[in-house]
Amino acid sequence: MAANNLRHALFCAIVTLIISFPILGLNLEAKGINITLTGAKTSTYVAIVLAAVVVFVFQIFRDSFMGVLGKLPNLNPLAGREPMEQSKRVKLESWILTGIVIFALFWPFLVSRGSVDLATLVLIYIMLALGLNVVVGLAGLLDLGYVAFYAVGAYTFALLSQYTGISFWMALPIGALLAGLTGMILGFPVLRLRGDYLAIVTLGFGEIIRILLNNWTTLTGGPNGIGGIPDPTLFGMEFGRRVKEEGNTSFHETFGIAYASEHKIIFLYLIALVLAVITALIIRRFMRMPVGRAWEALREDEIAARSLGLSRTAVKLSAFTIGAFFAGFAGTVFASKQGFISPESFVFLESAIILAIVVLGGMGSQLGVILAAIAVTILPELAREFSEYRMLIFGAAMVLMMVWRPQGLLPMRRIHIKLNRQE
Amino acid sequence: MLEVQKLSMRFGGLLAVDQVSLDVQEREIVSIIGPNGAGKTTVFNCMSGFYKPTGGKILFEGREVQGKPDYKISRMGMVRTFQHVRLFTQMTVVENLLVAQHRHLNTNMISGLLGTPNYRQREQKALDRAAYWLERVGLLELANRDAGNLAYGQQRRLEIARCMVTEPKLLMLDEPAAGLNPAETKELNQLIISLKEDYNVSVVLIEHDMSLVMDISDRINVINQGKPLASGTPEEIRRNDDVIKAYLGEA
Repeated sequence: MAANNLRHALFCAIVTLIISFPILGLNLEAKGINITLTGAKTSTYVAIVLAAVVVFVFQIFRDSFMGVLGKLPNLNPLAGREPMEQSKRVKLESWILTGIVIFALFWPFLVSRGSVDLATLVLIYIMLALGLNVVVGLAGLLDLGYVAFYAVGAYTFALLSQYTGISFWMALPIGALLAGLTGMILGFPVLRLRGDYLAIVTLGFGEIIRILLNNWTTLTGGPNGIGGIPDPTLFGMEFGRRVKEEGNTSFHETFGIAYASEHKIIFLYLIALVLAVITALIIRRFMRMPVGRAWEALREDEIAARSLGLSRTAVKLSAFTIGAFFAGFAGTVFASKQGFISPESFVFLESAIILAIVVLGGMGSQLGVILAAIAVTILPELAREFSEYRMLIFGAAMVLMMVWRPQGLLPMRRIHIKLNRQE
Repeated sequence: MLEVQKLSMRFGGLLAVDQVSLDVQEREIVSIIGPNGAGKTTVFNCMSGFYKPTGGKILFEGREVQGKPDYKISRMGMVRTFQHVRLFTQMTVVENLLVAQHRHLNTNMISGLLGTPNYRQREQKALDRAAYWLERVGLLELANRDAGNLAYGQQRRLEIARCMVTEPKLLMLDEPAAGLNPAETKELNQLIISLKEDYNVSVVLIEHDMSLVMDISDRINVINQGKPLASGTPEEIRRNDDVIKAYLGEA
């Protein structure tokens, strides 16, 4: 046992050395046109060795260490309490959520412009993650190309505004519907696929869309992207300093206030907030409806679902379509927020991050997904100084989550249904 | 009501089912028995549309159903259970019963989003029917438990209840007594008889528990190595020399 432990600890320490030495201990330096390999400072080497020693010691005493951790008093003071009564808790939760939404409505007037901008991005990710949650969390269809529908929504708005001068409010439903349609079209060929196979096909599909956007230069401008995407207007009032379109008025003139660039950002944030709330409410409704239960039934056992008369085609296509629809929603808002989009924004990493949000939050759990979307979007911004190690931190956080809370931040809770005894 | 004519199912070189015929009348319990690997479940899979039979006909209420997709056959009123219980384990007991009543998803998508009175009425009806059947199989107290946390016997009963909420005309039970203790088997026995007597459901039963089969069957079909061996009332089957040979081996 002890020898085994020692061997394991040694192995871990050596792995640490092997991994960290080339990453930290060797530097590439450009000298003229040549690149030379130089060593790092002595202190770095010392740090690497120290890290290996720490890993070694931790691994040797891991069992007793983890045992002590387990005996620590529970950090959650509510853990020991009786769970609240179902109806009471639901009421309390809905009050708290309403409160948060109302607070979120007024919050942008109190904080800096950068924070509001970031919050808009968070809301876009919330929409995306809620949409993907339908496909992955509820229907159990692993979709690695979700960003394609996001791109469809964004490019629909960008292209339509460029060629036909359509406004944000017109583009919003069109973008979402087109994305939904794309979702349905993708759904057909993959109806029979599940699990890994589905993941590969959707991954390919996501890349096809991106490469198409990148190469169809005559239409999409290729890697140069599309700029000049208009901002949303409020009943025909524009938020720019000067009115761009004939017949529109500007917001600050109508209300007789001084022009401020914050207005536009706050307005975008409020649009994103309202759309995110709508998304959450609609999907919540779906979850309690026959179609939502059918999604879950399909995830749980496809054969049993079919034997009960559920059509696989209808269930899968509806999940794909609705998931894609909300991605299109998010895409339109994103295009409007950025004012410029290019295929760069729709790479596979985006799909992976959205999927990570769903998994971290807890498959199927809306509240969990929203929390995870906030965490995953904001944490990298807070940790800007460590930007080089962002992916490392991200990975470590994922591993820790999977060890301690494999079911996600807030796992999905079943809805309690009250039944009347039948005579 | 159900007529299976010379059904054959071939998997490559293996003829799993060869010219099997059987028929089920209204309010009748018909059993299919046979040694392990005789092709009983394959017959079921053909009847329920999981397999497309390679030969023969299946008529349900005068309409040919062989080769139709499984969900359509189920909607016609032929519903089955599985040899290994297939519940939606992470959903609650009552949700399992609700899913079974959701055959037409798309028609009520909009009315569901808006929560129209018509939609609510239908939901309430589905809930009431679920409650009725839960009470009937003794699971009402456990309605909000995850289906996967039920004891095995309860899972079996839930699976039957889940079929019954779809208001089938013909119920196909694949080894419903497997893994049940004698007391539970007895309950199941009574449940199946009551399905026939009180709810006018015909039952096709695959079962190894001979006492159950002999007790409740109106007629029995014996299959051996994919071929029909005998059919008749329990009394006739009990006395049939071929059946005795197939089960006990040649003397």
